[in-house]
Amino acid sequence: MNAAATLTAAAAAPPLAAPRSTNTAWGRFRRHRLALFGLTVLVVIGLAAIFAPVLAGYDPNRGDLTQLRAPPSAKHLLGTDSAGRDVLARLLYGARISMLVGVVSVSIAAVIGTTIGLQAGYAGGWVDNLLMRFTEVIMTFPVLFAVIVLVALVGPNVLNVILVIGVLGWPGLARLIRGQALSLRETDFVTAARATGASDARILMVHIGPGVLPYVMVASTLLMASAILTEAALSFLGLGVQIPTSTWGNMLYSAQSLAVLQGMPWLWIPPGAAIALSVLAVNFVGDGLRDALDPRMRID
Amino acid sequence: MGRYVLRRLFISLPLLLVISIIAFTFINLAPGSPIDAMINPTVGLSPQQEQNLRIQLGLNQPLPLRYLLWLGQAIQGNLGYSYNTHQPVLERIGQRVPPTLELMGAALVVSTMFGVMFGIVAAVKAYSTWDYVLGAVSLLGFSVPSFFLALIALYIFAARLQILPAFGMSTSASANSLSDNLYHLILPAAVLSVELMATLTRYTRSAMLEVLHADYVTTARSKGLSNLTVIGRHAFRNALLPLITVVSLRLPVLVGGAIVVEAVFQWPGMGQLSVQAIQQRDYPVLMGLTIMISIIVLSANLLADVLYAYADPRIRV
Repeated sequence: MNAAATLTAAAAAPPLAAPRSTNTAWGRFRRHRLALFGLTVLVVIGLAAIFAPVLAGYDPNRGDLTQLRAPPSAKHLLGTDSAGRDVLARLLYGARISMLVGVVSVSIAAVIGTTIGLQAGYAGGWVDNLLMRFTEVIMTFPVLFAVIVLVALVGPNVLNVILVIGVLGWPGLARLIRGQALSLRETDFVTAARATGASDARILMVHIGPGVLPYVMVASTLLMASAILTEAALSFLGLGVQIPTSTWGNMLYSAQSLAVLQGMPWLWIPPGAAIALSVLAVNFVGDGLRDALDPRMRID
Repeated sequence: MGRYVLRRLFISLPLLLVISIIAFTFINLAPGSPIDAMINPTVGLSPQQEQNLRIQLGLNQPLPLRYLLWLGQAIQGNLGYSYNTHQPVLERIGQRVPPTLELMGAALVVSTMFGVMFGIVAAVKAYSTWDYVLGAVSLLGFSVPSFFLALIALYIFAARLQILPAFGMSTSASANSLSDNLYHLILPAAVLSVELMATLTRYTRSAMLEVLHADYVTTARSKGLSNLTVIGRHAFRNALLPLITVVSLRLPVLVGGAIVVEAVFQWPGMGQLSVQAIQQRDYPVLMGLTIMISIIVLSANLLADVLYAYADPRIRV
């Protein structure tokens, strides 16, 4: 069943269908309370990231040497870290990195994955075979290990981290899109398009593309959660975005001692909670999108 | 059955070869020659010395030839020598394999046991309070990053309650009894198992829901079989198949989790070695780790295939 086709059909013929405005994808999404909550959280985090310079009040990279590891106070709401830097400011600027990684690397992965998946599914034969074997090779390999090695080789900075996560993130999506393209290829409307002389490019763009779009959207959302987690893990290990640039992951990197864990909760709970909350929000949105677009959709 | 396993094995070998080619290419195209990492930068090398070292390390050969030389040695069990400790790579990695397998094995057993159990409960009691609680907890389980969970666990059990050790694999080098080892295993294994447990809870639930409405389950019920027999022998056995696939597909993620968990708990396994090898730019060790990790994942996949064939007789033919 093809959710986008149903949606466009419903949108194109409102006088014929009973006016059930709630039974649109957005209507179903809106009824999904957790998804709405997730979306709200993401909007708030996004705004915090955009307006970080206004909200922070402090330069995230400049420390006050008279205020080392100071507990939360009216002056520093979340205290300061070991270099006297304001934790709240670093948290807000850290949101920029997480959101940037989430959006940009997932866009890269979605473009690569959709292209490969469509190509493999539509072409079939040896092209399909070759592309899918290649996809399997990448899937077999632990992503985190591959990301760590590649980032170390090309240099650990924000841009490289984003690129590497994007370039390695597509296999799951490609397999999913391939499956969809494969079944859409056999539908009557594609046969009809081909019979009227439509080119392969046109069939892919106009007839198959819209059909796989809901899958791309849901898979990309779920991919965003893992991209944010991967960057955080990488920076947590000290192998990703380097200090002084602040990310939620590398804020936790500096908190790995029992003394900090026990005595200075303001150094590790806020960044950890921020990562967990944003990933949870993304997962809620992904779940809501899936239910709204096609409840029968199965995405691994 | 034997032929089936053999066939799967032959599919894995080219996969391993392709991974080794990709890894070798990337590692050797890395900016900065390995020689830079080996010499004292304040002393430096004369061009003649550097040239000699290049020839000695085989770096003057073209890349494909270097790969073939590496492969020739690797097949004979020689993965080169660590730049850092000058130990044979195989020996250096070999020491790290058992701790990683112990950690991953424990996490795999724990997460499968509890994940499947929770999933069955959630499916049998679908749309009840139990179901919602388990659903929320499992969503939380794969949203909270393992390293944050590790810090929380360290805070509660090692710092506050002081009932579990924080770091390492044994209390001291001399005291490596099994019980001491298991005592150190609890925290890292528990943290590592959470994500897979959460995933499995979700999958088991949906797989069980699907079969609970199948005709043969209705038949079994109408025969008057007990609830336990129906769920255990009729429904679960059929829900098991997709689960085997899910576990084997999630295995690479478990390896990634092990890297993080080993780093936090200073568990002396391959994950901790990977982080060290990256920091020290120890390329031969990195290459060896890539191969070893691939072998582990591919063998586990192979094992999953065999289990699948065992559980579903239709596959075997």
